[in-house]
Amino acid sequence: MTVALERFDVSMTKARRGVLAARSGRRPWTFYALASVFTFYVAALYGPMICIYILSFQDIRGGLVFPMKGHSLHWFVDLFTQVRTGDVKGSFDRSIKLAVLVTVITLVFSFMAGLAFRRRFFGDTFVFYLMIGSLVAPGLVLGIGVGLLFQWIGINASWYTSALGAQLSWTLPFGVLVMFAVMSRFDSVWEEAARDLGASRWQTIRFVVIPVLAPGLVAVALFGFTLSYDEFARTLQTAGSLNTLPLEIWSMTLNVTSPSLYALGTVTTVVSFVIIGACIGAIVLINKRRGIRATSH
Amino acid sequence: MLRRNLSAWLYVAPLMLVLVPFFLLPILVVLAASFFETDGFGGLLPTFTLANYVDVLTSAQTFQLYMATLKFTVLTWLFTLIIGFLVAYFLVFHVRNQLLAIGLFLVCTVPFWTSNIIRMISWIPLLGKEGLVNSALLGTGIIREPIEVLLYSGLAVVIAYVHQLTIFMVVPIFNSMARIDKRVIEAALDAGASRLDVMRYIVIPMSKSGIALGSIFVVSIVMGDFFVVKVMSGGSSASVVSAFYENVGVLQYPIAAASAVLLTLILIGVISLILRAVDIRREITQ
Repeated sequence: MTVALERFDVSMTKARRGVLAARSGRRPWTFYALASVFTFYVAALYGPMICIYILSFQDIRGGLVFPMKGHSLHWFVDLFTQVRTGDVKGSFDRSIKLAVLVTVITLVFSFMAGLAFRRRFFGDTFVFYLMIGSLVAPGLVLGIGVGLLFQWIGINASWYTSALGAQLSWTLPFGVLVMFAVMSRFDSVWEEAARDLGASRWQTIRFVVIPVLAPGLVAVALFGFTLSYDEFARTLQTAGSLNTLPLEIWSMTLNVTSPSLYALGTVTTVVSFVIIGACIGAIVLINKRRGIRATSH
Repeated sequence: MLRRNLSAWLYVAPLMLVLVPFFLLPILVVLAASFFETDGFGGLLPTFTLANYVDVLTSAQTFQLYMATLKFTVLTWLFTLIIGFLVAYFLVFHVRNQLLAIGLFLVCTVPFWTSNIIRMISWIPLLGKEGLVNSALLGTGIIREPIEVLLYSGLAVVIAYVHQLTIFMVVPIFNSMARIDKRVIEAALDAGASRLDVMRYIVIPMSKSGIALGSIFVVSIVMGDFFVVKVMSGGSSASVVSAFYENVGVLQYPIAAASAVLLTLILIGVISLILRAVDIRREITQ
């Protein structure tokens, strides 16, 4: 995603310098048509989500549809205190722990794989297609496979073993693909320069590669965390007896018909937004500091 | 050469240590299970039988399930492609302020990082019998009775898919469009091409890799999904994987495995058709 943005930078400046900018001084009608399509898309993207956030703040009379019935935090309290809605607190706790674990592993493993994939090596096509296969395989099928495998070997399925692995089979390919995009802009000349100056392999990675790729690594972490935190299909058959949060929401959609479902939606989305905001903020901050350093020298 | 290969394999070793036990082996386990018999209590008898495949391939239900899944896949693919293409085109070619374009792109991508399940259930207050759409239509007097097919129907399933998956089209198409050198378009316009010609001979051919990549994501997710179908159709429609889920629920592993193998083969077929059009690896890694 970051690459898309930077490539975009380049082509935009090209366009501005060129004739195109001068020529399109007046907006063609297609601009207005496409602008409405875009506006409609964004409204449809966010509109429904905003509805459930609003509806989660109803009081005890609240239902699943508008109009709003009062204002209170009743359903949030209900969510964390009622046994009837299941073990929300516990599953929330597990989901966060699992997501952190997945993020760290995804970050390290995809960074390493990204380093390897800069050059062709024996069997690289096999690894690549194995990864693509893992990405597109139906999650539920994979989950059942993992479940059966664990059953045959005789290990109990649990969220920190089988579910962790099943989630990694989904977040790692994503992480590596993002790494590909990030690496495509990494100039190996910098690495050679470091080596010429006497840096060891580890020093090169630690003091040259990682700092240069930092924004991309934050993006990989963002993918790792959010994809794990919201993962459902692969986790369903592999989590064992204790639920993660998406599994909890799934069971709630089947038997809870009160706004506590919406309250849970609001809570988990707030967590997602905090993570997204922190990551995007970190990327912007890193780039800004670089800009200052580049101009002051 | 050997040393280079060795160090490269050292770097991909952790990745392989995840992919082999959690992707390759499970798929092989499912493949093996599809030839086994069940003892009826969730246990598997390691024999070799093709009976599961015969069952799957000869049942009329299989055909119906695939037709239903195919219908959802084609409809979702079509809508996500049209919307995704237009959104990406707007951002790349029409938004002149660069910062604004980046901001709008982020606005489009943020929901991708939030829960799919929550985004799906968020259609309930809109599409339900007493939902916003129905009340709006009743209020303006366009309809007299609330439309009940909005929620818990095939329509709701397609809406939920398009809502979730358009982003998978927007990002790759945006990526390949942003790579188009604007000078090529200027040259074409100077040479007297109409804007339709520019679209047909430059923009669409040069966005092909993005379209292919997006299509792979959308098709594989829709064909592998059971969750959206189950919740949004209210149980009225089924897909290949939701039937599979029911089978697993009653511990019919072998027949579920056979149907999973069939689905995987079909998916591989579709994806390799798409891959024949573009070399994805070159597109991604370059």
